[in-house]
Amino acid sequence: MKALAARRHHRLAPVVLLLLALLVTGGVYAALAPSPAQADTASTADIETGKKLFQANCATCHGPNAEGTTEAPSLVGVGAAAVDFQVSTGRMPMQMNGPQAEAKPRQMDEEQTAALAAYVASLGAGPAIPTDEQVDGSKGDPANGMALFRTNCAMCHNAVGAGGALSEGKFAPPLWDTSGRNVYQAMLTGPQSMPVFNDANITPDEKRDIIAFLDEQDQGSAGGLTLGSLGPVSEGLWAWIIGIGLIIGGAVWIGAKSS
Amino acid sequence: MSENQNPQGPSRDVARHDGDGTVAQTDRFVDPGVPEHHPRLADVDPKAAKRNERIIALLFAISCLGTIGSVVAYFAVRPDGTTPGVRMSTVLLGVAIAVSLFGIGFAAVHWAKTLMSAKEYTEERHSSSSSEEVRGAVQQQFKDGLEDSGIARRPVLKGAVVSALALFPLTIAVPLVSSVGGDWNVGSFRHTIWKKGTRLAYDPSGRLIKASDLTVGSVAHVIPDVPAEERESHEWITEKSKAVVLLVRMDPRDHKRDHREGASYDGIVAYSKICTHVGCPVALYEQQTHHLLCPCHQSTFDVADGAKVVFGPAKRPLPQLPITVDDEGYLVAEDDFNEPIGPSYWERLK
Repeated sequence: MKALAARRHHRLAPVVLLLLALLVTGGVYAALAPSPAQADTASTADIETGKKLFQANCATCHGPNAEGTTEAPSLVGVGAAAVDFQVSTGRMPMQMNGPQAEAKPRQMDEEQTAALAAYVASLGAGPAIPTDEQVDGSKGDPANGMALFRTNCAMCHNAVGAGGALSEGKFAPPLWDTSGRNVYQAMLTGPQSMPVFNDANITPDEKRDIIAFLDEQDQGSAGGLTLGSLGPVSEGLWAWIIGIGLIIGGAVWIGAKSS
Repeated sequence: MSENQNPQGPSRDVARHDGDGTVAQTDRFVDPGVPEHHPRLADVDPKAAKRNERIIALLFAISCLGTIGSVVAYFAVRPDGTTPGVRMSTVLLGVAIAVSLFGIGFAAVHWAKTLMSAKEYTEERHSSSSSEEVRGAVQQQFKDGLEDSGIARRPVLKGAVVSALALFPLTIAVPLVSSVGGDWNVGSFRHTIWKKGTRLAYDPSGRLIKASDLTVGSVAHVIPDVPAEERESHEWITEKSKAVVLLVRMDPRDHKRDHREGASYDGIVAYSKICTHVGCPVALYEQQTHHLLCPCHQSTFDVADGAKVVFGPAKRPLPQLPITVDDEGYLVAEDDFNEPIGPSYWERLK
């Protein structure tokens, strides 16, 4: 400890500290980051279990019988797909009030999610959880998916699904790590700011094409660095800070006299 | 060119003394001249010179390796059509070419800085104009030429040459202006291909839309229903870019008013997707607030309240397409937009 303390004024000490801080932050994030959700269909779940879970975790805002309060909407008729989307991505139960409920590590495991979905589905008819067949991107047509994505999704979620800003702190999240099932459910149910794209507007086959297009994005860009695919903001930052910085550094080096 | 000497000598400056108004020359500061020459390490130490020589040779050798590497990469890693394959090929080629060029550049600069002459030279300025004799001779040649042509005595020729030279640019200017100008018929901005009875169709599939298909909270991106072969034509792109519409179904209780009285049908409203600011496609619809955002300059329109502007630089609400349903339950337009869509232009209100 003493040797360490003696070196605390070393000129490299801040750099070492910064690196340590970055490592710790990265490590903690990697340990706590949400893992992709995988759940079975809710067909066998016990509605009674779901009701108990609902009353313990959801009724404060959505009302004891999911009829809705001034704080939160009624869940009668939203369907199992809406519950599975919100709960399996960790958006619900909501952590705190804010511009929008953000994805976070899921609080309910797969069984609990299925039970909740079965309970809410029993309150009124609504969209069901899609089958694995319906959300399998490898069976879709990514070219048609791109045409549909460009028309219906790209204005908010960015041309390649990198996400984007909305008004007053709301945002459209990036879609690269979202499972095909959650993408399908989001289109079907229109969570939060997102509008509904029901099966008449975008048919189940077309939804699968969109999932196929998003799956294609996993391979990244053919052009090298994408800089987050965010367009002029990150590209401008790169050009102005790194590009011009390198040019100035080169000019200084060329002009400096050799010792 | 002379070495290490200041051609100007000490600078003299003019200063005004206060009070008596006399002007006197003072030496405000002394020109320090060129700084003293310091020999570099490589100038005095042959070992250092040798070391720099080796560094330069190494940089050139790295450049050679980069060039060879780029040729090897070109033949060894061909883009195979997959995204990672194309990326691998371009990245390898780019890195190899960068190594090759930067190697040459760094070597040349390092060579010039460490081994080439480091003496400071002073280059004196000279007047850039020619001598009086040369200028006089050229002027005389012009005068003689003018005299020889007899243009002063022959006014017909003077008029002819001026006319010919003045008219010639028209051969370039007329086609240029005519083709750059394009379509001068601004009346076409006033109307779109929507008309009474045109059915609404999903973009890009072209399927027709039934009012019952739209659930509350739905949006649909809509084009007018035209025959499929017409959608392949060149004119369609222009017509589509004017006619695109965003269809929104909201709870009728949330719906405050139409921009165009009675233009909605049971909570279903259809607004032009072309921003009234500079014409970007406005399509970021927030389902909960009924706000429609333009991605270019953040103009925000309240779809529940006649698409009036609630934020941003747009000045006018979005034009509303009046819709209803036909006998088969399909959504149809009742009429065209009743005002020009998109941004302002001079003749808009005429």
